[in-house]
Amino acid sequence: MQPGSLSTFLKRGAIWAFIAVELAFFSVAGQYLSVTDTAFLDLDNMLLLLKQSAPIGIIALGMTVVMINGNIDLSVGATFALAAIVLLDSMTWPIFAGLGDWVIPISWALALATGVVLGAINGFIVWKTGVDAFIVTLGAMLGYRGLVFMYNGEQPTSHLNWTLIDFAEAQVLGLHTATWFLLGTVLVLWLVMNFTVHGRNAYAIGDNREAAVNAGIRVGPHMMINFMLIGFLAALSAVVFYSESGSVNPNDGTLYELWAITAVVLGGTKLTGGSGSVVATFGGVIAIQLLRKGLGYIGADTETVNLVIGLILIAVLFLDRQLNVKGRQELRT
Amino acid sequence: MADTASTTDAKRGGKDAPPREPILKLVAKQGILIAFVLFMIGFALANSRFLDPENIMGVIRSSAILGVMALGVTFVVISGNLDLSVGSMMSFSTIVVLDLHDKIGPALAIPAMFALTLCLGAFIGFLVGYLKLNSLIVTLGMLSAIHGLTLTWSGGQNMDIADKSGTWFSVFGQGEMLGIPVPILLFALLAATLGVVLARTPFGRKVYAVGGNGTAATFSGIRRARVVFLCYLVSAFCVACAGLIQASRSLGSQNTVGQGMELEVLAAVILGGASLLGGSGAIYKTVIGVLILGFIQNGLLLIGLQFYAQYVVTWIIIILAVWLDIGAKRGRFLSPIA
Repeated sequence: MQPGSLSTFLKRGAIWAFIAVELAFFSVAGQYLSVTDTAFLDLDNMLLLLKQSAPIGIIALGMTVVMINGNIDLSVGATFALAAIVLLDSMTWPIFAGLGDWVIPISWALALATGVVLGAINGFIVWKTGVDAFIVTLGAMLGYRGLVFMYNGEQPTSHLNWTLIDFAEAQVLGLHTATWFLLGTVLVLWLVMNFTVHGRNAYAIGDNREAAVNAGIRVGPHMMINFMLIGFLAALSAVVFYSESGSVNPNDGTLYELWAITAVVLGGTKLTGGSGSVVATFGGVIAIQLLRKGLGYIGADTETVNLVIGLILIAVLFLDRQLNVKGRQELRT
Repeated sequence: MADTASTTDAKRGGKDAPPREPILKLVAKQGILIAFVLFMIGFALANSRFLDPENIMGVIRSSAILGVMALGVTFVVISGNLDLSVGSMMSFSTIVVLDLHDKIGPALAIPAMFALTLCLGAFIGFLVGYLKLNSLIVTLGMLSAIHGLTLTWSGGQNMDIADKSGTWFSVFGQGEMLGIPVPILLFALLAATLGVVLARTPFGRKVYAVGGNGTAATFSGIRRARVVFLCYLVSAFCVACAGLIQASRSLGSQNTVGQGMELEVLAAVILGGASLLGGSGAIYKTVIGVLILGFIQNGLLLIGLQFYAQYVVTWIIIILAVWLDIGAKRGRFLSPIA
């Protein structure tokens, strides 16, 4: 066995083991503590869990790609809200009045385009100015949120389109529409990151930017594509969620960036870039949602969820460091 | 978090492209101060009420809470770390001091609140300093965990002081001394003290050394872990002061009073020119960053823009400020990223 492969194996499997432990714990604890009669491992309950993971999950998957690339995006929550407003508001624009339900694909396209444009702005600034992505997207988080508020003040933007709601609430092969979008995103991003030149270059850039430059990889465009990707996914998340709810508050999506980063880190992706996997992030998203649902199921209050997730995040970080053989060797020298 | 591009840029700028023109040099060194003065002049020309002493006092007063927190975060950022937990920690100290006020009286509640907040700071300092865990994730986790603690403490309820008119506790947020509001005095006092600590004491120099080059600092006998630990204690102390002002100003609070402030605080510190890589920044610069944010908000309102336009302007200013800063350092403004 190569040095480090055991720890890699442990880390890869850790998130799924954690999910298994959660499932077992809440099933058993639920027998004694549950506030309802239904079992925790009920199929409907699990399907609902997948559906509820979708909004943060889709964003977290995009965050994984950006973080593998060595960047970070703090503006996703604001992008999410702005895309949602474009989606709901554009359906009421007079120019689309004669289209009937054909306005839906147009509104979707407009909302998704909004996300791509906002992401492209971030990516372009990071590329051309060389300012750290953390700062660029921190500024954008404020700026985009400002745009959200300037659009409609503090009023919620609402529009109900029943065809759209029927679509969003549909269940195909038992899974909800939102779940399909989440799983589809996992599949597409997994293919992109593992079987395309762009994916491999993204890993290379995150691992060692200078080496990537020396190898002739054009770092800037790759980073910009990844920012456009996360912008698109933040918008997709908004589109999927608000198709069903039909009303967006200007504060919606606040702190989504932090939840997404939490899920990505639980999945084992490094903040320094160069390693990580979208499938493990999917595990991280499920683990967080299970924890929320499970703690609620055994009657714990919402406050406990925040406390537990925070402490688990720190514990994971600590364990990860302890398992990291390479880190230990560095300490020895 | 370390962005390799900016490290290499800084190196390159230092080696073969030093800023030659004196203007570039001046912008590089005092860019933020110049921008600040330009802003003040611009707003003053646009609206005569802007330079009114009452207006200026009002702006500083409303920036005081953010400012006090930014002072502590400056220490953490210069030491090369991040603190994203200050907003949720501020909610915690506000709720705790309000709750204890009615239970054990203000004279005991204040030290108790400071002790508890410092414990949280010590915990974070231990994790980041001694266990060497990544500060971004630790403080992200603590953001969530402390929010949970706050909700557990308050039971999810808003916290209010029963007898709002009969308590001397309101002096920290609402009182005046020699015609100057107490929050401003507290902010100024803390800024002066911490400014001296950072610029003129061995501890301050160690903070810069640890953030500038941690390995070199360790080899020159600086106990890196302890310095980082102390930085988080300073940050927690500032947060406790901010919580005290906040609690005393409103004498009642929601559980989420500090939510989102961590990023605004960080924006102010970055605007002041502190590098996220550590090793650079100063208290007076952070104060300027805080004031710029406050005066922009006020100035834009006075010239008739809607309230939320300030966020968009802040966005542009943050990026321009940092871009000019690193651009001047590396001697050219377009990034060398291919």
